[in-house]
Amino acid sequence: MAEEQNKKPCRFWIWASASVVFRLILISFPGNLNLSSRPEVSTPLTSIRRLAEGYWLKQASMSPYAGSMYHGSPLLLSILGPLTVQSIKGQPSHLLCSLVFVIADILSAMLLRGIGQKLQMAYGLNARLLGFLKSSRDKVILPCGDIAALVYLWNPFTIVSCVGLSTSPIENLAVVLALFGAVTRRVPLAAFGFVMATHLSLYPATLAIPIIIILGYGLDAPPIKLFLQTRSVENEKSSTSTVSKQAKSKQTTHLPFLWKTVAHFLFWVLLWSLYVLVLCALSLNKYGGLEEMFKRTYGFILSIEDLSPNIGVFWYFFAEVFDFFRNFFLIVFHVNVLFMLLPLVIRLKHRPCFLAFVYLAISSILKSYPSVGDSALYLSLWALFVNELIDMKFSFFLFCGYLGISLLSPVMHNLWIWRGTGNANFYFGNAIGYACFQIVFVVESVSAMLNHDRALRRSSSNHGEVKS
Amino acid sequence: MACLVRSWIPLLFLQSFLVAIAFGSNEGEEFSEELLLKPLPDRKVLAHFHFENRAPPSNSHGRNHHLFPKAISQLVQKFRVKEMELSFTQGRWNHEHWGGFDPLSSMNAKPVGVELWAVFDVPQSQVDISWKNLTHALSGLFCASINFLESSTSYAAPTWGFGTNSDKLRYGSLPREAVCTENLTPWLKLLPCRDKDGISALMNRPSVYRGFYHSQRLHLSTVESGQEGLGSGIVLEQTLTVVIQPETTSVETNMQPSWSLSSLFGRKVVGSCVLAKSSNVYLQLEGRLGHESKNVDTEIEAHKLWMNSDFDLSLKPDRVIRESSSLLFIFDIDKSSDSEPFDLGLTWKLPSKWSCEQAPLHASRFLMGSGNERGAIAILLKATESQEKLSGRNLTTDGRCTIKANIFQIFPWYIKVYYHTLQIFVDQQQKTDSEVLKKINVSPSTDKVSSGMLEMMLELPCEVKSAAISIEYDKGFLHIDEYPPDANQGFDIPSALISFPSHHASLDFQEELSKSPLLSSFKEKSLVRSYTEVLLVPLTTPDFSMPYNVITITCTIFALYFGSLLNVLRRRIGEEERFLKSQGKKRGGLKQLLSRLTAKIRGRPIEAPSSESPAAESSFLSSKLIFKIILVAGAAAAWQYFSTDK
Repeated sequence: MAEEQNKKPCRFWIWASASVVFRLILISFPGNLNLSSRPEVSTPLTSIRRLAEGYWLKQASMSPYAGSMYHGSPLLLSILGPLTVQSIKGQPSHLLCSLVFVIADILSAMLLRGIGQKLQMAYGLNARLLGFLKSSRDKVILPCGDIAALVYLWNPFTIVSCVGLSTSPIENLAVVLALFGAVTRRVPLAAFGFVMATHLSLYPATLAIPIIIILGYGLDAPPIKLFLQTRSVENEKSSTSTVSKQAKSKQTTHLPFLWKTVAHFLFWVLLWSLYVLVLCALSLNKYGGLEEMFKRTYGFILSIEDLSPNIGVFWYFFAEVFDFFRNFFLIVFHVNVLFMLLPLVIRLKHRPCFLAFVYLAISSILKSYPSVGDSALYLSLWALFVNELIDMKFSFFLFCGYLGISLLSPVMHNLWIWRGTGNANFYFGNAIGYACFQIVFVVESVSAMLNHDRALRRSSSNHGEVKS
Repeated sequence: MACLVRSWIPLLFLQSFLVAIAFGSNEGEEFSEELLLKPLPDRKVLAHFHFENRAPPSNSHGRNHHLFPKAISQLVQKFRVKEMELSFTQGRWNHEHWGGFDPLSSMNAKPVGVELWAVFDVPQSQVDISWKNLTHALSGLFCASINFLESSTSYAAPTWGFGTNSDKLRYGSLPREAVCTENLTPWLKLLPCRDKDGISALMNRPSVYRGFYHSQRLHLSTVESGQEGLGSGIVLEQTLTVVIQPETTSVETNMQPSWSLSSLFGRKVVGSCVLAKSSNVYLQLEGRLGHESKNVDTEIEAHKLWMNSDFDLSLKPDRVIRESSSLLFIFDIDKSSDSEPFDLGLTWKLPSKWSCEQAPLHASRFLMGSGNERGAIAILLKATESQEKLSGRNLTTDGRCTIKANIFQIFPWYIKVYYHTLQIFVDQQQKTDSEVLKKINVSPSTDKVSSGMLEMMLELPCEVKSAAISIEYDKGFLHIDEYPPDANQGFDIPSALISFPSHHASLDFQEELSKSPLLSSFKEKSLVRSYTEVLLVPLTTPDFSMPYNVITITCTIFALYFGSLLNVLRRRIGEEERFLKSQGKKRGGLKQLLSRLTAKIRGRPIEAPSSESPAAESSFLSSKLIFKIILVAGAAAAWQYFSTDK
């Protein structure tokens, strides 16, 4: 048993380093791959070419937001900008940038592993508390941290967006950092990750809810009722009347909410966002300041000005929709991201990490400029819940769907853009298919998680009945 | 009889007095018409009509014009135009064969379509408004879609790349504008004699538009009078440049074709425009010819130059002027009349060959890359033969011989240029920016708001064979309403302007010719310029026929997302099972409404609802129903009330 446990991390490290080597091999010939211009990989927000253009404009003492090229953060510009210009002699340009992205990927994978280990521990603890582990010995807890890290490292989407020089690995790193900080209860780190992720791509702002729940209530656990039930089943022998039992359980329904930690978190969020804003204001001092930045980054995300094709459905919709209705649909589509937040919180408040996964998946479906980098993130977060989601429906169908879409997408794009034999509907159809598969994936995951909780309840009640 | 004579005399006095007043009041207003003919090395003939109308400075209040077109003076006064040039061009100027280093080509070789630039005399904040109003006024005046230049995506404000240093300059061009006779007619209307009399009578529409190149230009500039109280004078210069291939009957291919005005235009000049101060026709013979005849003892042979072994002129020139490399024959057409129309002809006797003076570098522009996603624009500057000749002139202070070249280029916003990808190659070797790029000014384009502009000053070594500039771009994707009716034809990128700031073209006449506006304008040093080709960029088109399909399909996706997720969240298997169980227990006995209620009030013992009587249940429901109806009716009434109230 001990040997096995030693072996597993060893195998993990081999696979992880193999993925890094694979990336390094891929980035040493980027000229042949030409991934950085794929619409699936680089969106107007994450494209490194646009970042280089913004850096060039800034060097030429113009606002980096002059023109409609760059829409990212000014901080990213000052960190990655110099790397786009410098190149080691004899090496392909952008090598330094690629190395930064590889490092970001490795870090994200390690943090995911950390989150996974915490979740695994919590799962084991809860299972023992509920008394499942004793009864079902054959059921082994999968090392979800290692799985998630490997899924992240070996996911073709991650590899493509890392090698294809889009800034999404850095955005993903910020998101994972926020979750890691929350899970390990490092409040300043969580706040930093959250602020950075929101600053870079706006949509992770929805993560505030799951992070607060993690900090307030603790990690993912089966519903609170279950614990009470098992406890009450144990106490049942003493009290027989149902009324008194209900009264008892009502007293202990509420788990203590750690207001102090949450306040601490909010304070740090305020502090970090002030810090980031001051830094941005300093770097954009001469070029219109923060107002310009918000207009060109968040404004660009919300108003969907760029209609160049991507794997989402918005670009074609807004290229075709009548101008008269444009604002209406903009509001409707953005509200759709927010609309599901509350129902999901109500049903999944006992599983905040899973809630974070659902939020990220939803925002990556309904994003204005989605890319495969976003999918890579939520797919690896999904892998954190392999223990719970092991009997998810349609998993093979979904796997084939993702595979088919990612193979068809370049073909359709080629037919439409390069050969001119297809038209826009080809690529849009592909995007619709992708959106559908993602929706089914999210819905099935949520359904599987709810079913898992139901199964737990049923088995625990059966367990209690057997005991009694 | 005497009485009659006596009564006539004062009348005559009065008449002469009136005439004197009429002319006296408009003393400075002058009009002159000129035509320059020039055989070109590639067996074509260039005809350059030049009309100049001068209005001297006078009081701007109650201005009364005698000759000057009122429309133009109103335009100048209303929009406070300091200088303006509008050109309509069809065809491309052939810099290799038609010349690139003479005043004629640097002023009259224009980009295809409409080009308009104007300098205003208004505060900086009002320049754009003036420009917009001016485009609308011109659009009406010349029956062209110049008003498309109104939108900020189609014009730019060059700082130094255009050659005129002014911050109140606006420049715009419409490459796709089709130029035809409907633009020429309003242009002719500005002439005092229209095309009824004088030189302009030659403008036979079929022969003008049959040519290889025609460019009609209107240039106006205001002349400030030094005096107080006086307004500014206006100089209106109208030119029409046509390149025509004479119809030739000779079989010999190396022989230049012989032509006459009537064979070129199908018409003859019958007298000059009576309102014109001067009306002259010039014939310029260039190149080797000029040099050769220079060797001849000029004093004696001058009058015989028009009839020599090489060629014959059908008319005797009034004067012959020499320039460093060409001969200029001057004809005054005042002498011609109905019986003896002016029909200048040139007959070649011997095959002759010459070449035109060319700009130091020949510019061409092309697109690179395929597909509808991205590409690159390249501007290629190639050394011409004349370069060696010119190279000696431009020594810099450190003794290095350099050629300066300004490049001015407007990019429409849907060509998203990556300025950091600018690469400069000199003689096939890539150079860093600091080596050759002396100055650069970039104003990037903003989507749907403004067009981009690139101004560069290159300093190339004199011995350069070729220089190439390439810049990458992404093609934009437009909203369906932004595509023109023929979307698949592609979009035009306006011509780039290459100018050589250290080179100036001028004709160097030995004699003083202040009388002729055309020749004096040639004598002035003009910046050597050349425009590149217009590029056609195909852009990807969406499917124009299916906005409804896209809207419905996308909304279906949203409905799928929303509906299925909500369904999953609100489904509770335990309750459903309980509900089914309870239904199985009390089947038949209970009504459907009751069972629905039990499902609603969950968590309670199932026996609880059975205590309630069905009658009470139904009354409760009916009251709810009534309440609902009242609510809806109230809302409808309120709506009705408020909507009619407004």
